[in-house]
Amino acid sequence: AALKDGLRSQVSAALKEGRVTPTELCQRCLALIRSTKFLNAYITVAEETALKQAEESEERYKRGQPLGILDGIPIAVKDNFNTAGIETTCASNMLKGYISPYNATVVQKLLDHGAVLLGKTNLDEFAMGSGSTDGVFGPVRNPWSYSKQYKEKSVPKPCSEDEESDWVITGGSSGGSAAAVSSFTCFAALGSDTGGSTRNPAAHCGVVGLKPTYGLISRHGLIPLVNSMDVPGILTRCVDDAAVLLGSLAGHDPKDSTTIQDDFKPFELPNLTDISKLSIGIPKEYHAPGLSSEILALWSKAADLFKMAGAKVVEVSLPHTRYSIVCYHVLCTAEVASNMARFDGLEYGHRSDMKDSTESMYAATRREGFNDVVRGRILSGNYFLLKQNYEKYFVKAQKVRRLIANDFVKVFRSGVDILLTPTTLSDAAPYTEFIQEDNRTRSAQDDILTQAANMAGLPAINVPTALSERGLPVGLQFIGRSFQEKQLLTVAKWFEKQVQFPVIQLEEVKRHDNGVFQHQKSASFS
Amino acid sequence: LAPWIPVVGLEIHAQISSNSKLFSGSQVQFAAPPNSLVSFFDASLPGTLPVLNRRCVEAAVMTGLALNCSINKKSLFDRKHYFYADLPAGYQITQQRVPIAVNGSLSYSLYIDKKMSQMVTKTVRIKQIQLEQDSGKSLHDDTRCQTLVDLNRAGVGLMEVVMEPDMCCGEEAAAAVRELQLILQTLGSSQAVMAEGQLRVDANVSVHHPGEPYGVRTEVKNINSIRFLAKAVDYEIQRQIEELENGGTILNETRAFDSKLGCTVPMRDKEGKQDYRFMPEPNLPPLILYDAKSLPANMNHQQVINIDWIHERLPDLPSVKREKLVEQYGILPEHSFTLSNEDGLAEFFESVVKQTQMKPKKVIGWILNDLLSYLKQHSLTVKESPVSSFLLADLLNLLEKKEISSTAAKQVFVELWKGEGKTPLEIVKEQKLELLQDQKELEQICQAVIDGQENE
Repeated sequence: AALKDGLRSQVSAALKEGRVTPTELCQRCLALIRSTKFLNAYITVAEETALKQAEESEERYKRGQPLGILDGIPIAVKDNFNTAGIETTCASNMLKGYISPYNATVVQKLLDHGAVLLGKTNLDEFAMGSGSTDGVFGPVRNPWSYSKQYKEKSVPKPCSEDEESDWVITGGSSGGSAAAVSSFTCFAALGSDTGGSTRNPAAHCGVVGLKPTYGLISRHGLIPLVNSMDVPGILTRCVDDAAVLLGSLAGHDPKDSTTIQDDFKPFELPNLTDISKLSIGIPKEYHAPGLSSEILALWSKAADLFKMAGAKVVEVSLPHTRYSIVCYHVLCTAEVASNMARFDGLEYGHRSDMKDSTESMYAATRREGFNDVVRGRILSGNYFLLKQNYEKYFVKAQKVRRLIANDFVKVFRSGVDILLTPTTLSDAAPYTEFIQEDNRTRSAQDDILTQAANMAGLPAINVPTALSERGLPVGLQFIGRSFQEKQLLTVAKWFEKQVQFPVIQLEEVKRHDNGVFQHQKSASFS
Repeated sequence: LAPWIPVVGLEIHAQISSNSKLFSGSQVQFAAPPNSLVSFFDASLPGTLPVLNRRCVEAAVMTGLALNCSINKKSLFDRKHYFYADLPAGYQITQQRVPIAVNGSLSYSLYIDKKMSQMVTKTVRIKQIQLEQDSGKSLHDDTRCQTLVDLNRAGVGLMEVVMEPDMCCGEEAAAAVRELQLILQTLGSSQAVMAEGQLRVDANVSVHHPGEPYGVRTEVKNINSIRFLAKAVDYEIQRQIEELENGGTILNETRAFDSKLGCTVPMRDKEGKQDYRFMPEPNLPPLILYDAKSLPANMNHQQVINIDWIHERLPDLPSVKREKLVEQYGILPEHSFTLSNEDGLAEFFESVVKQTQMKPKKVIGWILNDLLSYLKQHSLTVKESPVSSFLLADLLNLLEKKEISSTAAKQVFVELWKGEGKTPLEIVKEQKLELLQDQKELEQICQAVIDGQENE
């Protein structure tokens, strides 16, 4: 289906004009969530509060005083963001039943703009993983598993194997958010991105996944994985929507000392017509081992696209790319070991019944509360932080991190504006295949193309590009200069227009579609 | 027997006097209801982040300048990890790599001997001053087998002042701490009241023979007053000497001072040596301070700290105040030392001097010999003195005008001490202590006495 400007319905305009009300929109989304429950994208659906927010939004529209373009728009939030009064679990036993008393800054900002919070989405436990398969509430299923496009390409199973077992993963760790956006249950979702956790599932689920520059969006209220690399991520169905979300979220937060002080001005994306002044860099190291020939071909095709449209396309080198996974492993586990130290069962969260001593209570609580992945990282991290190991591992890794970041600086200084790379090594794997390898192996493999941007703090975005031979989404990644989101998104938008990624054809969506979704080829709200 | 050289170093934690905590906005207050001053950050709720308190940084800079330190224009924050009930995050935020101030010195005076006849000035090097979080408090209820945790204190700002092992005995340690306390109180950077836990001192003690390397040191904790500090240090020095002379060895351990028994005892061993797994605090960028030279032109004043600006506004330190007293009033340095060592005494003295014609050199005798000894006998502070500066000045005026003798004056003072509200003049009249000026009257009295004698 073509993304033609004239036909693209704008939900916000629809709300403003009264063609649809916020409560209708909210109810439709809630109904769709119910009928797509098998995706397991949501941990908590905040039905009551969402409807209340929708009602309040409706009142504002009636008065002709909407708070802005996000007023009444249903959104979902990854369950590692604090939401006051709504359970925040991080998909872990440690925080099951934990009701935070405060909103993360980004959540508060969305609510202040009138957005309707539908619920909290599923993830890998404490955001550790690249499949969204390792949370205590079970794995998230990629909506494309149930799409016409995928089913058409699937080899019909000869034996009576359950069709259900064929489903593919969403990628991770923000799989729930990606699935929620992909299946039309919300118009945008918040994820987090530490090593690719927003871009990876965005690629697998065929949605836009934006990782902003570190320091642009507040982390206050985002339960941290790696404080020096985490950013809140934005998942939407089109690049314009990502720009709108960014506009409402970015800016200095006094509660987060790592946000930059500079004023942030929200922007609208121009429609690029002339890209002759653009210089696109193709980093050769991103032709990583294991990259599928399909994606390699797509990447090449994309480069050609830019070339033919007049842009300068050059091969560049980021020589320290191959060290990024090991470097990440050391720094990530070290920070994890530190960040998880607060989970002792005393102040909040799970507390074991073990009472023999404080120490034994700590040990039992943490054993019961954390899964293997989390515990493994804590043990590794503590090892690297031991006095005798600190120089050898942690300090060394920090130095390597600097080298990785410098690679990008050099390339951008040489005149390159944007880097174009694949986002993932292949399309989404079937769940049964994915779980053959352990979390650490998978993470190491899957993070290779996305991780370096976190090391360097750079903005990066996944743009859905085409369907694979199996009928599953494949995306490509653009990496930009620090704080140059406008340029990054402008180029991404141009590319999105060129590739015209198809809309997912989901039975459930069709059933609930009643004019609201129907005319929206991209179902954007801007 | 070969002589022993005792070596004493100190680690002092001073609670910063500020309205709110080091990294969060909750209030700092002594003896508030348990867990009533705890912010989300203090409770280590997941997702909360530290935000540095400007006032705490200023307090540390002031203190560093007063102690002649170099202020590091760039200092860093680190996490120090260990599990304990009063440490909610499982780590303390401190400054391990690069603290805010280094390489200073503190001069202090003490009496050269027990006779308190002469004073000598000594110096102790200040290794560093670092900013760090205080922990909460845990109370062990052994009867119910539970631990009660109060997080009111968790996150309060501390300045850790590290004094090099330049001291040799309890008296020196006590004098150094006393001087530090006065400095902190003068600056206002800490109220430094030991009884309220605002000033905590740990002593590092070792002994060695001259020419030999330093001995194994022990750390002595649980010292609750300056008096006990001197006792604890001296006890520990003695203990170590005796142990070594008996052929024993000193363990590198932590000992607690038992004030009732007057000795140090080994503290329960916390599973051997702890590895704190120090790591940079990723949520706090390096702390950058400026001076007049380095301050960028377009910088918002609210956002930066200018070391020179703080330097210009430092109040007179105790040593300067003492010198001024000597200069202004012609009193001895020893007198000035005693005056400033007692809370409010210098002000009392100056107040009396203002209200009397008696020379300060004479007034000081009354302050130090009479007033102060009475206060000490009755364990009273200057504030609690039943004799106000007004009353004492009144009395001294009578003496100065020769309306009474000095013996009579002492008597009146005893009477004033009863605090019955009588003025010196009233007491003099009551007890008929007036000096007789009339020659004839005197002759009559003398004659009467002689006559009386003749009759015997």
